[in-house]
Amino acid sequence: MGLKKMMVGFLGSVIAIGGFLEVATADLKFPMLVYRTGAYAPNGIPNADGFVDYYKMINARDGGIGGEKIVFPECETGYKTQVGVECYEKHKENAMVFQPMSTGITYQLIPKASADGVTVYSTGYGRTSAKNGKVFKWIFNAPATYWDGASIAVRHILKQNMGNIKGKKIALVYHNSAYGKEPIRTLQVLAKKHGYKLMLLPVDHPGQEQKATWLKIRKQRPNYVLMWGWGVMNQVAIKQASSIKFPMENFIGIWWSGSENDVMPAGAGAHGYKALTFNAPGDDYQVHKDIKKYVHDKGQASGDGSHFGTVLYNRGLFQAMVQVEAARVAQKIHGTSKITPAMYRDGMENVDLNAKRMEELGFKDFAPPFKNTCENHGGSGLAAVQQWDAKAKKWNMITEYMYGDAAVVNKLIAEDSTKYAKEQKIAMRCN
Amino acid sequence: MIYKETGQFKSTYESDHSIFPLIQDKIAFNILMLVAFLVVPFFIDSYWEKAILIPFLIYSMAAIGLNILTGYCGQVSLGTGGFMAVGAFATYKIMTFFPDLNIMIIVLLSGVITAFVGILFGLPSLRIKGFYLAVATLASQFFIIWLFNKVPWFYNYSDTGQITVSERTMFGVAVTGANAPPYATYLFCLILVVVLGFAAKNMIRSKIGRSWMAIRDMDIAAEIIGVPPLKTKLSAFAISSFYIGIAGSLYFAVYLGALEVTESFDIMAISFPVLFMIIIGGLGSMLGSFLGAAFIVLLPIFLKNVMVDLIGLSAVTAKHFEITIWGLLMVVFLILEPHGLARLWSIAKEKLRKWPFPY
Repeated sequence: MGLKKMMVGFLGSVIAIGGFLEVATADLKFPMLVYRTGAYAPNGIPNADGFVDYYKMINARDGGIGGEKIVFPECETGYKTQVGVECYEKHKENAMVFQPMSTGITYQLIPKASADGVTVYSTGYGRTSAKNGKVFKWIFNAPATYWDGASIAVRHILKQNMGNIKGKKIALVYHNSAYGKEPIRTLQVLAKKHGYKLMLLPVDHPGQEQKATWLKIRKQRPNYVLMWGWGVMNQVAIKQASSIKFPMENFIGIWWSGSENDVMPAGAGAHGYKALTFNAPGDDYQVHKDIKKYVHDKGQASGDGSHFGTVLYNRGLFQAMVQVEAARVAQKIHGTSKITPAMYRDGMENVDLNAKRMEELGFKDFAPPFKNTCENHGGSGLAAVQQWDAKAKKWNMITEYMYGDAAVVNKLIAEDSTKYAKEQKIAMRCN
Repeated sequence: MIYKETGQFKSTYESDHSIFPLIQDKIAFNILMLVAFLVVPFFIDSYWEKAILIPFLIYSMAAIGLNILTGYCGQVSLGTGGFMAVGAFATYKIMTFFPDLNIMIIVLLSGVITAFVGILFGLPSLRIKGFYLAVATLASQFFIIWLFNKVPWFYNYSDTGQITVSERTMFGVAVTGANAPPYATYLFCLILVVVLGFAAKNMIRSKIGRSWMAIRDMDIAAEIIGVPPLKTKLSAFAISSFYIGIAGSLYFAVYLGALEVTESFDIMAISFPVLFMIIIGGLGSMLGSFLGAAFIVLLPIFLKNVMVDLIGLSAVTAKHFEITIWGLLMVVFLILEPHGLARLWSIAKEKLRKWPFPY
């Protein structure tokens, strides 16, 4: 009997939940796929807090976007693809945009969202070739892609070596998943072009076990180590690097491997570690003042509020800002505040965040300006190098924002996206 | 009262040997099938499809497969994830080699390929037993995942190691790819699960199944009475892998559509959960495979939806509660009924015979 009752109860409540979902009002829905649990939580939490605080601030300061309140239901994915699918299916109804915060989930959602007509915005992650808007109508990955990142890192190394890195050895320590494998092709092509040797060192999920990886680095002494890591993997790698006394200034992480959480555990050993970034650190921008005033001072900070102004929190602000701006643009284009998911996509495609607009939004000098177009969903491709100062416990920008190797990257993007278009029988847009 | 066998006389061997000897069971099962085939397809939406029913059916299939090997033949296996990966990659390779092949044939072929791989990795079972065999199958899990990650041929040299399904149709309706309507993918999986489920049930009740159970209960005694261990154990590995391979094939082609081997077939993502399914559901029970799959796959989603949507907890708090409650329930079930949910159900049936007048 107990079992039967349970089954009945189960069915009943699921149906009831189905009913609840219908209640979605005219508000603008920005579902959030977050991970505040699991091996990737140290990075997932500050980022999600950035999103939530920004949305709350917009709701409190401006009363939403064009009068429409933002609703942002959270769905905990734990960085797992299957759960990501469940979350997507649950929240896709009338959703403006999904920010999967995982390259694996992004790959999963690209075909689904394209069929359902839902925008996916993978800010500086996900499938690099989604930059090609001719093929990927619903997918955006501005302001920079992994292939930009890889070539910017190589450009930085080139600069330090007066443009000659022939015979040098560069190792890539990467998360053994779609995410970590993204830059490999670009680095291989660049290896041919610049004559360096590439060493590939995969680290399996979740990334706590890296002894063998760093032993290899100790033995073979690569001149530079690049890292595509996420979650605990970053912390472990930086600790290991400092314990084998690898020169930290020759250790460069992608923008997802460069937050405070990643370097803090290694203490003074992390001093000099470098990472790419497409947004500035710090908490003295106008947007921070607004968040302080409208959210934190009212005791409504997301989480414990302790991540305010950190790298990933700031990136969350930036991501949320682009998403909100896209809604504003869509409202302007279509002349209505009640935009549909399809209208939202038009907004995202016409986002133009120039320096002036950034300043109006409270993001003056926070990130390099970028612009989406029909062909280009990948923004400017600009990123800078930041370096960790372990004594002052802060990140310092040490270069200007720079471009990657467009000649190489664009060719690879065209190849990969055309292949995808052929496989999936997608007709090219923007003609 | 309602659930008693009084008055149901069997006059032929066939009727005595039917899968559901009781008329009540037969009726209940038929109603369930009618609902599953004729009602659900009209009401299914993509949430029910992608988040609930398809995973449930696919995990049930995998659980049936593992139950054949572990529950009926007594060979503990931790290689389920690896075998499912074989099914998935076989599907992908066949799909890209033969673009015009029917998806049903592709899925079945993937099962056959997995069966051969299963035989290969089943060979050590002739020498080693119990925990030691578990370790050997664990090795197969790691080896297979490593192989599919390391050799780019398996994922057609894609940059990221991701494999992506292309659209395939049955009777003009897409069943794979992003444009497949929910009812089509659901029916596709349901038909496979029902047909193969019946096949498994009948295998278990026939000679081959009895010889599996003989090996499970005491292999030396079985050998003495004339059950060949080689043939029996390897047939269990083959058939079990066939089912698991089909589950893997559906998992890739119908459910996820795009995946990457290390994450999707991780030991924590597949092998252990499927083993838990058959332990919680009931070792050596068909019903148990389904109940176990429901428990492991659906309960977390159910708990999450109740806590987030009905009670209004934040997503992260709900997640912590979900993990705790789920773990507690698992322990509670195992303490109350070590033989699994299927046993709980048969106790309930015993009780129902006398209900409402227990004496």
